[in-house]
Amino acid sequence: MKILLKNGRIIDPILNLDRVADIFINDGMIEKIGGQIPSSKNMEVIDLDGKIISPGFIDMHVHLREPGFEHKETIETGCSSAAAGGFTAVCCMPNTNPAIDDASVVRQIIEQSQKVHHGIVDVYPIAAVTKDRKGKELAPMLELAEAGAVAFTDDGAPVAGSEMMRRALEYAAMIGKPIIQHAEEIDMTKGGVMNEGFVSTALGMPAMPSVAEDIMIARDISLAEYSNASYHVAHISTAHAVDLVRTAKARKLAVTCEVTPHHFSLTDEAVRSFDTNTKMNPPLRTRDDVEAMKEGLRNGTIDVIATDHAPHSFDEKQVEYLYAPFGIVGLETAIGLSIKELVVPGIISLVQLIQKLSTNPRNILHLPAVTIAEGEHANLTLLDPKKEWIVDVGSFKSKSKNSPFHGWKLTGKAVGIVNHGRIILV
Amino acid sequence: MALASRHLLGLEGMSKQDIQLILDTATSFREILDRPIKKVPTLQGKTIVNLFFESSTRTRTSFELAERRLSADVVNFSAEASSVRKGESLKDTVRNLEMMKIDMVVIRHAAAGAAHFLSRVIDANIINAGDGSHEHPTQALLDMYTLREKLGAIEGHHVCIVGDISHSRVALSNIYGLQTMGARVSVCGPKTLIPRCIDQLGVQVYYNIDDAIRDADVLNVLRIQNERHGGTLFPTTREYRRYFGVTRERLEASKKKILIMHPGPINRDVELSADVADGEQSVILQQVLNGVAIRMSILYLLGTHT
Repeated sequence: MKILLKNGRIIDPILNLDRVADIFINDGMIEKIGGQIPSSKNMEVIDLDGKIISPGFIDMHVHLREPGFEHKETIETGCSSAAAGGFTAVCCMPNTNPAIDDASVVRQIIEQSQKVHHGIVDVYPIAAVTKDRKGKELAPMLELAEAGAVAFTDDGAPVAGSEMMRRALEYAAMIGKPIIQHAEEIDMTKGGVMNEGFVSTALGMPAMPSVAEDIMIARDISLAEYSNASYHVAHISTAHAVDLVRTAKARKLAVTCEVTPHHFSLTDEAVRSFDTNTKMNPPLRTRDDVEAMKEGLRNGTIDVIATDHAPHSFDEKQVEYLYAPFGIVGLETAIGLSIKELVVPGIISLVQLIQKLSTNPRNILHLPAVTIAEGEHANLTLLDPKKEWIVDVGSFKSKSKNSPFHGWKLTGKAVGIVNHGRIILV
Repeated sequence: MALASRHLLGLEGMSKQDIQLILDTATSFREILDRPIKKVPTLQGKTIVNLFFESSTRTRTSFELAERRLSADVVNFSAEASSVRKGESLKDTVRNLEMMKIDMVVIRHAAAGAAHFLSRVIDANIINAGDGSHEHPTQALLDMYTLREKLGAIEGHHVCIVGDISHSRVALSNIYGLQTMGARVSVCGPKTLIPRCIDQLGVQVYYNIDDAIRDADVLNVLRIQNERHGGTLFPTTREYRRYFGVTRERLEASKKKILIMHPGPINRDVELSADVADGEQSVILQQVLNGVAIRMSILYLLGTHT
């Protein structure tokens, strides 16, 4: 298949590239980049005037739900959602049933992902740290990595025990893979459904203190340093936790972190609606925390934007707040929220945005760098940074519609993705 | 005159006029309760479901009496005896009930926001009879009614709520309602039972019960739930009684005579000594009587809401 992308603004942070040019893609490879490449009959020609061509985005925190929870999402619908949101790759989390704690599950997911949509969206499984994510015995990390797991986490739950965490960090460090922690001291959060603070007090709602996240990250940073291991904080959400990561980075530790779009776009004030789509873990925090997320993104403490895409069926969320499951879908609103909340107000540049959605997560996961150069694989996200649009969950490709952003006006939207010689236009 | 909303979900955000209207309307129903025939035909033909997902004797009985005295048809639904046990969702439960043509639902539920949720999924008028540790608006209204009856006005008085503030729906509704009506509100209890940031609600915090007794005009004493002690929240009932219990000695040490309220049921000689509960400063039984009048007032105002 021959694809000609005309007049796009190519931004590649790795090559320090920012220019308007045409890209000719032949059989999945970038054959030529230049001004005014002539089109011919057998080419698919896309005019990208005013649009951006970026190295393909990767969402390193996605719950694809398959195997086990196919009524929420499948690999097929999750990949559709990713493509619609402008992602050429996702990492899927291991809290499936069975959990991704065995090489056979890793292989099954990768095989299935290559079948759906002709494999245009790369799926990189992140496997469990412990067997069945129970925190008792290490999962076979070497086998899991050999089968294709790119990192390890018990996400949905933390690796709670300090000894277990220490050994997990050491073991994963042998093969240079990071442990990704869902940082939550569960002893302090039992029964909680939102952030502890003024709003939880005003609503009489059982709450989770921010310090439960902070102390887990503080412990883990000490353990990572002691074990000389790589540690990545999933969905960081508190101002103090960002401080901890900044300090760790200043001391040159291999500590990184990600933030979700909802944690820089919403505060716990949203819970006053009792809308169960404001219920997620970590919970929406305070205005000060949201400001700290933005500052962390700006100054580079926060490396990655990842969605924690967590589909739940309509009926599962259509219950009392207390009983609703945690989590929201995020793949299809990530670009719009990031540009609206971060790029438009000048907190980060488009280049920084691309780093946080493409370059940095690939670095952290030791995936091959994606660049836009002749002779490289064409792995591209096409986006319109100016497009204003209204979120309609009914149009989501995801099987689930649990988003608190329904009806929001966002800025910036994916136009399409190119990967493995194919193109999907949104 | 009509209330701004067709539901009573909580007192947060309810206007002074609305609270005033409920209290004033309750006064006329309070008179009916003193008549030999205590029944009026106001809600004849209306069907009210009392939907109690948590056990409650006092509140449910009070609502049921109020409903019957207004001549409504009453259905009692308790979670113990229902399909909820079989895993039916709240939404399905009430939708089924709604198909049976009900007009109003009184709901008591363990989850904060349950009444709000209900008001979004069905059409009937919803009255919150307690949602988790969030609100219990009729209790606060009857507390305010009793306060006004005894002290002549709510405005300018200082009410201190004593006890387990964190797990109380009575506390929040009282804070919202009393502040709207111009009262000063404080809380007193062990720090482990006082929720974070409560000062941001404009509420003063006391950790010393004698200071609270010295400053307040009214103590609204909350039940200490036995199942909470011995955990991480406070060490023993004995220690609680000794440092936070409202006793005759403590009240006598104060110069002014303050009013003692309690939403019930009382743990005698824990949060309240028996002689205080039955003493002359206690208005606890009047609260119970006024509770029926307040609930008649609300049922009337919502049942005739257009």
